[in-house]
Amino acid sequence: MSQQAQTLVDKVWDRHIVSEQPDRPSMIYIDLHLIHEVTSPQAFAALEERGLKLRQPERTVATMDHSTPTDPRRLEVLDGQSRKQLDLLRRNCEKYGVTLYGLGHNRNGIVHVIGPELGLTQPGMTIVCGDSHTSTHGAFGALAFGIGTTEVSHVLATQCLLQHRPKSFEVRVDGELPEGVGAKDIALAIIAEIGTDGGTGHVFEFRGSAIEALSMEGRMTLCNMSIEAGARAGLVAPDEKTFAYLEGRDFAPKGAAWQAAVADWRSLSTDEGATFSRSLTLDASKLAPMITFGTNPGMGQAIDKDLPRPEDLGSDQAAAELQKALDYMGLESGKALLGHPVDVVFIGSCTNSRISDLREAAEIFKGRQVAEGVRTLVVPGSQDIKRQAEAEGLDAVFRAAGAEWREPGCSMCIAMNGDQLSPGQYAVSTSNRNFEGRQGRGGRTFLASPRTAAAAAIKGCVTDPRTVKAG
Amino acid sequence: MEALKSLTAQALVVHRDNIDTDQIIPARFLKVTDKAGLGDALFADWRYAEDGTPKADFVLNQPWAKGRKILVAGQNFGSGSSREHAPWALLGYGFRAVLARSFADIFRNNALKNGVLPVALGEAEHGKVLAALAANRDEALTVDLEACAVSLGGERIASFEVDAFARHCLLNGLDQLGYLLHFEADIARYEAERSQRAY
Ligand code: SF4
Repeated sequence: MSQQAQTLVDKVWDRHIVSEQPDRPSMIYIDLHLIHEVTSPQAFAALEERGLKLRQPERTVATMDHSTPTDPRRLEVLDGQSRKQLDLLRRNCEKYGVTLYGLGHNRNGIVHVIGPELGLTQPGMTIVCGDSHTSTHGAFGALAFGIGTTEVSHVLATQCLLQHRPKSFEVRVDGELPEGVGAKDIALAIIAEIGTDGGTGHVFEFRGSAIEALSMEGRMTLCNMSIEAGARAGLVAPDEKTFAYLEGRDFAPKGAAWQAAVADWRSLSTDEGATFSRSLTLDASKLAPMITFGTNPGMGQAIDKDLPRPEDLGSDQAAAELQKALDYMGLESGKALLGHPVDVVFIGSCTNSRISDLREAAEIFKGRQVAEGVRTLVVPGSQDIKRQAEAEGLDAVFRAAGAEWREPGCSMCIAMNGDQLSPGQYAVSTSNRNFEGRQGRGGRTFLASPRTAAAAAIKGCVTDPRTVKAG
Repeated sequence: MEALKSLTAQALVVHRDNIDTDQIIPARFLKVTDKAGLGDALFADWRYAEDGTPKADFVLNQPWAKGRKILVAGQNFGSGSSREHAPWALLGYGFRAVLARSFADIFRNNALKNGVLPVALGEAEHGKVLAALAANRDEALTVDLEACAVSLGGERIASFEVDAFARHCLLNGLDQLGYLLHFEADIARYEAERSQRAY
């Protein structure tokens, strides 16, 4: 290994090189492979076709999340195709010896929520999943990224992937976040700044005092959204908060191994003097609650700003794209978004379904009612979170306000399980994608933080959360 | 994977930036357990009305559009999810190459592994292709992977870059799993070293 000053990404990368050949991508080892029902069937079929074994069943962990109903009746409302996918995952896990936290398991949940929760996600690891939000696990100082189904089959068969060393992109956020502004707002601000392809070919390293000040949940929210800026991964150097979060979790090292692990993990940070391919600096104290108004996550701005005008944009193509997005969204350029009516509020997804997100939302719901005509779904990210929230009485707060308290799953983030918008409906959503039809065909999504979503639910319209005090 | 050396074919233009994988194939079509038949779901929400009837104004529904093998799009094609159903749908429809200003990382990887060639063009070259197709929508393009070049009417108008190994695999119709399996001894050695670690 080189003596040169290295970035965190390079350190993790170097630990995982299995083989390097001229004119070939590096072959890197994968420590943890997470799988779910939607992107694994064809990968197992590829093993089957070639008569291959699963190389490391104990490094492979499965869950069911994308198409699982969040209706408490669960299995009764499962559609036939989804049932087939779930059954197939169960059979594949049995056949190949993979641990499955399936529907009905008391640790089931969204793949990127349960990995950290179980202590499977650890600093310095390489983690992949057939899912682009695998970047979430970077919050622990792991190099974690989404892969396609063909690559899923590569990892199943060899525990390795062919990859080029990614370039690193420093995202420095210093200063103190104002009241009412959180990790989701930082993420949306970054994407608004650099666009949905600003990070293409790179891995983000988030650093600076505002990142250090974030909770592990906040860091997960931020890393989760890396892919929305085009970066396959985003990570944060592990620190005391990381270790405190992991200690004692099911799969975290124990005893002497824990001591050894922490000692090793402390070396996982970017060396003084290491260079990044690119850098971006944000001042946390200048950030405001953010919301998207368009049809990709880069079309976002401070919630109290007027909508942009196509005629103010530099190029014709950009103006045309903005106009198309505004047309789809049924919005008028130059107008305020504040006060825009909302039909549905969704609080959930691997971006914002953790206990801190639910607490944040509950503070606003407490003692208040969801506005008439607004459907509000609160979907915890996992069974663990659901239990914790119920122990804290958060479910009672949501229910008393008139919100639906659901079973865990991806739910309206991807609208595969029956939770979806109707054409034309507006939602304020804590998920990560506002693409056309993402939350249901013809549905219109405003992405925002849990606080902003909760404020919209009680007011019935897009609302600045800074104007709604905790109940 | 079907090899691709050089492709001369007519093209279709969907001139939008940031065409995400949810547009290429909406999530409700991901409930399948195989790869076949997804061509009908390609661009489903742009292509069909709610009741399933084709929308008259969408380019894929034009009678002349049938059988086209090259798709021309804008910037950042394939952003969003890692669903390999996106290249499966493109391939299912019959597309073997996508010409765009740029591609999202995961989509590019997925496309190459399925015999769909992502060709990133500079602004001027992309403009030339668009202008030629605007003048004559039936103009054939040649995408030559051996020469890494795009030509129009016999004239070379652009060169492009592809990862050397992905190119090798696509030229020869090889998949990468066979290559990876070849390194069994290296993997075993890595795993043995790894097991020495104190945690
Ligand atoms: S919650 Fe949404 S983004 Fe996250 S894994 Fe599920 S579908 Fe993907």
